[in-house]
Amino acid sequence: MNAYRSLRDFDWLMFVLAIAICALGVLQIFSATHDTSLTDVWWKQVVWIVAGFIAMWVATVIDYHTLLAQTPLLYGLSVLTLIATFAIGMTAFHSRRWIGTPGFHLQVSEFVKLVLVLLVARYMTGLKRQQLELLDLLKLGGLIGLPMALVMIQPDLGTALTYLPIVGAGIFLAGLRWQYAVAIVVIVALVMPLGYFFVLKDYQRGRVVDFLDANRDPKGTGYQVIQSKIAVGSGALWGKGVTKGTQTQGRFLPVAYKDFIFSAFAEEHGFVGVIVLLGLYFLLFMQIVQNAQTAPDRAGMYICMGIASVLLFHLVVNVGMVVGRMPVTGIPLPLMSYGGSNMLAVFMMLGLVNNVRLRRFVN
Amino acid sequence: MHPHTDREDELSRTKLLRDDTKFASGKMAFFQYLMMGFFLFLLTGFWDLQIRNPELYQERALQNSIKSIPVLAPRGKILDRDGRVIVDNHSSFSLFLSRENLKMEHLKPIADGLSLDYDALVARVKRFQSRGAPQYEPIMIRDELTPAELAFVESHKDPDTFPELEVIHVQRRLYPKDGLAAHTIGFVGEVSETELNSPEYANFHQGDVIGKDGLERQYNDILMGVDGQRRVEVDSFGNERRVLEEDKEAVSGKNLQLTIDLDLQAVAELAMENRRGAVVALDPRNGEVLAMVSRPAFDPNLFAGRIRTKDWKSLTENPDHPLMNRAVQAQLAPGSTFKPLMSLAGLETGVIDDHFIVNCAGGATFYGHFFKCDAHHGAMDLHKGIVHSCDVFFYTVGNRLNIDRIWQYADLVGLGHKTGIDLPHEAEGLVPSSKWKIRTFRDKWYAGETISVAIGQGATMVTPIQLASYIGSIAVGGVRYQPHLVKDATGLPAPRRYDSVNPENLQKIVYGMYGVVNEGGTGGRAQIPGIQVCGKTGTAQLASNDVLKGTAAGKNMKDNSWFVGFAPMDAPEIVVVALFEGGTWGALAAPIVRDVLKAHFDKKARLGLPRPQMASIPPILFQRPGEAKPAAQ
Repeated sequence: MNAYRSLRDFDWLMFVLAIAICALGVLQIFSATHDTSLTDVWWKQVVWIVAGFIAMWVATVIDYHTLLAQTPLLYGLSVLTLIATFAIGMTAFHSRRWIGTPGFHLQVSEFVKLVLVLLVARYMTGLKRQQLELLDLLKLGGLIGLPMALVMIQPDLGTALTYLPIVGAGIFLAGLRWQYAVAIVVIVALVMPLGYFFVLKDYQRGRVVDFLDANRDPKGTGYQVIQSKIAVGSGALWGKGVTKGTQTQGRFLPVAYKDFIFSAFAEEHGFVGVIVLLGLYFLLFMQIVQNAQTAPDRAGMYICMGIASVLLFHLVVNVGMVVGRMPVTGIPLPLMSYGGSNMLAVFMMLGLVNNVRLRRFVN
Repeated sequence: MHPHTDREDELSRTKLLRDDTKFASGKMAFFQYLMMGFFLFLLTGFWDLQIRNPELYQERALQNSIKSIPVLAPRGKILDRDGRVIVDNHSSFSLFLSRENLKMEHLKPIADGLSLDYDALVARVKRFQSRGAPQYEPIMIRDELTPAELAFVESHKDPDTFPELEVIHVQRRLYPKDGLAAHTIGFVGEVSETELNSPEYANFHQGDVIGKDGLERQYNDILMGVDGQRRVEVDSFGNERRVLEEDKEAVSGKNLQLTIDLDLQAVAELAMENRRGAVVALDPRNGEVLAMVSRPAFDPNLFAGRIRTKDWKSLTENPDHPLMNRAVQAQLAPGSTFKPLMSLAGLETGVIDDHFIVNCAGGATFYGHFFKCDAHHGAMDLHKGIVHSCDVFFYTVGNRLNIDRIWQYADLVGLGHKTGIDLPHEAEGLVPSSKWKIRTFRDKWYAGETISVAIGQGATMVTPIQLASYIGSIAVGGVRYQPHLVKDATGLPAPRRYDSVNPENLQKIVYGMYGVVNEGGTGGRAQIPGIQVCGKTGTAQLASNDVLKGTAAGKNMKDNSWFVGFAPMDAPEIVVVALFEGGTWGALAAPIVRDVLKAHFDKKARLGLPRPQMASIPPILFQRPGEAKPAAQ
């Protein structure tokens, strides 16, 4: 725990991949906003990225075992803060998910992911048995379910859903009796229609329907998907060039610097650009998994795998939405979408992965 | 189970507690494959869109961002003979529905917001769609937007509400007020479905504004410009980002200069105020129409865009037919204005001469019927017969002529035929003949029928323009020029010269018409001091037979007044016809003609123009025919 950590052990490849993705993101944000009222947004993003480096360094140097030890405290703080969000939170986009602090706003639910990664890692490490028992599932379900419910009623279904892959990966790795696995699948299959009618709000229900039939309401979320597909498709093989995408520049593409940034990128850089960018993400995620495989202990492995799965979930849902293969949920694309909280949270995740990596030769 | 195995089991469990990750390595490898699967899943999504059918999406991206905005070419102005503007254009805003992003369900709120008729709007949109017009051709749904309507459109044309709304600046027709020359000018309107189906309109498109009537229609090709088109790249808010190169300039229509003199037109309009009828002023030396009035008139500005149903109904259902151009379409019995023609026919055929005298006893009996006259005129020669419009004299002339010889001379001076004036829907009029009788009624002509034709009654019908043209041709010594409304008109037919007619006979008629005005005749009210005005009154009975006169409807039918006059006698330069429907007495139309003639000569005096020199007829000697031979002979 006290050993000096060499800079050589730092995961430079992962860092370079992240910076490359961030750079493409900044370029795309610039292109999508250069003649709008948001022209200076790309510059803010750069500031967030630099802040992300610092957050990453902080998440790297504090030993993750120390963090794991403090997880109950962190969890308690998270839940309290989420509740506080209701009291003092600011309403943006008709949902209270931001906490205002002087100068900027933080989206608490983004940082809760980190706490949940640590929580799952700590819980799984503490297991005495080979497989998870029903009690474990109920405990885990309760621990994850509380913040999920709090985020869901903000309402921010997208972010709430991102908590699932964290616990899902943990359960998958820890092992589960097949009977339970089947039971979970059955319960989910039963709960989904119930949730559709009783939990989802009208606009969310609309999104589901739009996903199934994008042409139903071409000016609603279905419209967003159609415009996104037009943007992507018209980019063809080589793309239209930076600042030349008519869908992006004409603002037919909704929030082209945030949720639909991949669509803008695909329009202006084409299929070739998409392969390069997806390749970068793939390498980055593989690197995270590789760090899980070389983790010094189970806690480190659970942390890395939790992070890998939440990032993969983000990517698949966001990019899947861009090509019309996922419903519109409004979750950001890690490292590219404009936004401070997500950027800081993702860099802290990468910091945790590095944290695990730097301590792999300890024992 | 043995206790031993229980312990082993326990051992294997505690072994698990050792902190290594070996147990999950297979699962992590599985996760890697799962990840690869997800990436491939995403990549196929891009493959589908970007590689398999990018053209589809490229086209849709173009549809999104490229918008065609019509640039409507202004129509040419219409000017009077002095270059003064009669029909101008004025700037206005028209509302179009862009069809590229049109939603049928938006039509209801749009119709409500602009108080349009929803059903009509839907029908209109459907009509455009069924025509298969190109997508980029927008649909005009409202013209002359008021500031309030403009505000509604501006606040609703954003992409989230009604992106199909498009306001276009247009040059809209501005016609004179109070229906001045309304019938002559005509009006414009949107090309109709039926028109589009006819070959004449093959080159027009749905939504084109074309001349519908009058000169606007006759000279549509000249007046109508060629619409241009701007192809612009727009953003999702409908704001233009840049103009694309393939801009098509709008070509304005050409101006049209008329032969109409606004001063005379205005005087004629005023003279006809609150009356039914028509006025036509012609220059008999070339056929130029100086004024043309038809009353009651309508406001062509109602038509400048799209006429409202209410306005259209009130115009078409009005029993006075305000849309009808009486100057060229009213076919009415000429009454006594037919007598100069009878005189011509009589003199030319030799059935009468200067010494031919008829004694008028207030009527005469022909073929067993009594035909009455206005008064006991006593002994009438041709000159007196014209001056006092003695029916008995002309009954006798007609009886001596027979119907076919009357028809022959009527045909010569152009009655019963369109004059060929450059206006649509000109009426032919009618001069009966024995052939006509057989053709129409399968019956032979009875000599008794000729008697009423001789005083311009019976089946005889003329239009005001025909009357002006025929009297004008007699006034200038037997040349008939085609009446026309456009200055520097090309392609006019050669003037028709009455070569077989003895000019001396024409002079006698002209002199008779001089007497009508200046020798105590029926047209004394047309006198203008210092100007030798000639003219002829006409009282045309609507209910010319006694049966009809007995009915209630017949009592309400007042006789029409005609007056046709020209001046000056020795060198006529203007001939004016006034039709005063229901004026009851021919003399009442005379002041109308006098006003127009006076305006003409007053204007000349004002401009200090010399009187024109003699045209084609020698000076008339002011001698009673028969008392001495004219010096020119």
